[in-house]
Amino acid sequence: MPDEATGELLEAPLVIEYPFNRTTGPVIGAFLTALRERRVLGITGADGRVICPPVEYDPVTSEPLTEMVEVGTEGTITSWSWVANVRDGQPLQQPHALALVRLDGADTSMLHVVDAPSPDAVCTGARVRIRWASEPEGLITDIAAFELTGES
Amino acid sequence: MATEDRTITPFPTGLWSQPQPSVPPLGADEPVQRIRVPASLRYRYNPGTATTRFLRGLQDKKIEGEACPSTGDVYVPPRGMSPTVGLPTTEQVEVGPNGTVSAFCVVHIGFGVNAPPTPFVSALILPDGGAVSLYGTILEIPIEQVRIGMRVEPVWVADDQLSTSFQNITHWRPIDEPDVAPELLKGHM
Repeated sequence: MPDEATGELLEAPLVIEYPFNRTTGPVIGAFLTALRERRVLGITGADGRVICPPVEYDPVTSEPLTEMVEVGTEGTITSWSWVANVRDGQPLQQPHALALVRLDGADTSMLHVVDAPSPDAVCTGARVRIRWASEPEGLITDIAAFELTGES
Repeated sequence: MATEDRTITPFPTGLWSQPQPSVPPLGADEPVQRIRVPASLRYRYNPGTATTRFLRGLQDKKIEGEACPSTGDVYVPPRGMSPTVGLPTTEQVEVGPNGTVSAFCVVHIGFGVNAPPTPFVSALILPDGGAVSLYGTILEIPIEQVRIGMRVEPVWVADDQLSTSFQNITHWRPIDEPDVAPELLKGHM
């Protein structure tokens, strides 16, 4: 509440940022290196399923995983939700879908953004393809977005 | 934020036991080993009435604290209440602008966009008339000559750069006055 001596209360932006600089390890490092080459790698789990994005240890047996394999750059939406109100820092600055995408050749799904014109255009089972960043640099954002191929 | 990458030093043997995976040939010269993943929290900060008064004073190059109605201690920056007796502070009191170094350290790893070149001295400065010390940077003196009890004055930004910000004080520098005895600074850090 402003008082007479103070006038209007002051207000200022305050950004608390932690500039984490993380070592990737060999598995995530290879995944990101491949993205920079516009390719996608998964890893073979203990039961033979292909996990993408790759994990370092088997989700069931906990054993270290070492066999990385290439998967496709197209895939299928297995679940999704619509982001109608876009906030700062989100991958697209217009309304978009966040979806789980199972890439061809993989047995698990990755969370990423789908650039679609409206929620009516998105459905589970819809086919999507990667739209690459113009200058990939070895980050998950090298996948600028998935876009609908029009198939399902 | 600095953007240069530092050299990666190997972990000591045994610390990183993860096996090397077999990877399809990627044709990449430099594998990715390190990524920047900043995480930020964005607030709109509202300092409240007392600190707003303080910040407005800084715009006029005045350092204004507020007095505890019970003890008379002047708190700066004021937060609107006395931290020792819990009563609201109502009386504004101008302190300083000169002050005394009550504690300091030499900073060798600076961070933040406004950090001076390292090494530099970061200090607590007790403004004349105040009960508590302010954070500040001590410049214009060799770091090995900085000492507790040293008298200093604030250096302000150019008049046309003054705003309602503590950054109006760019740093503090020594003045030619006798040191204050350290025991007089007890309880005022």
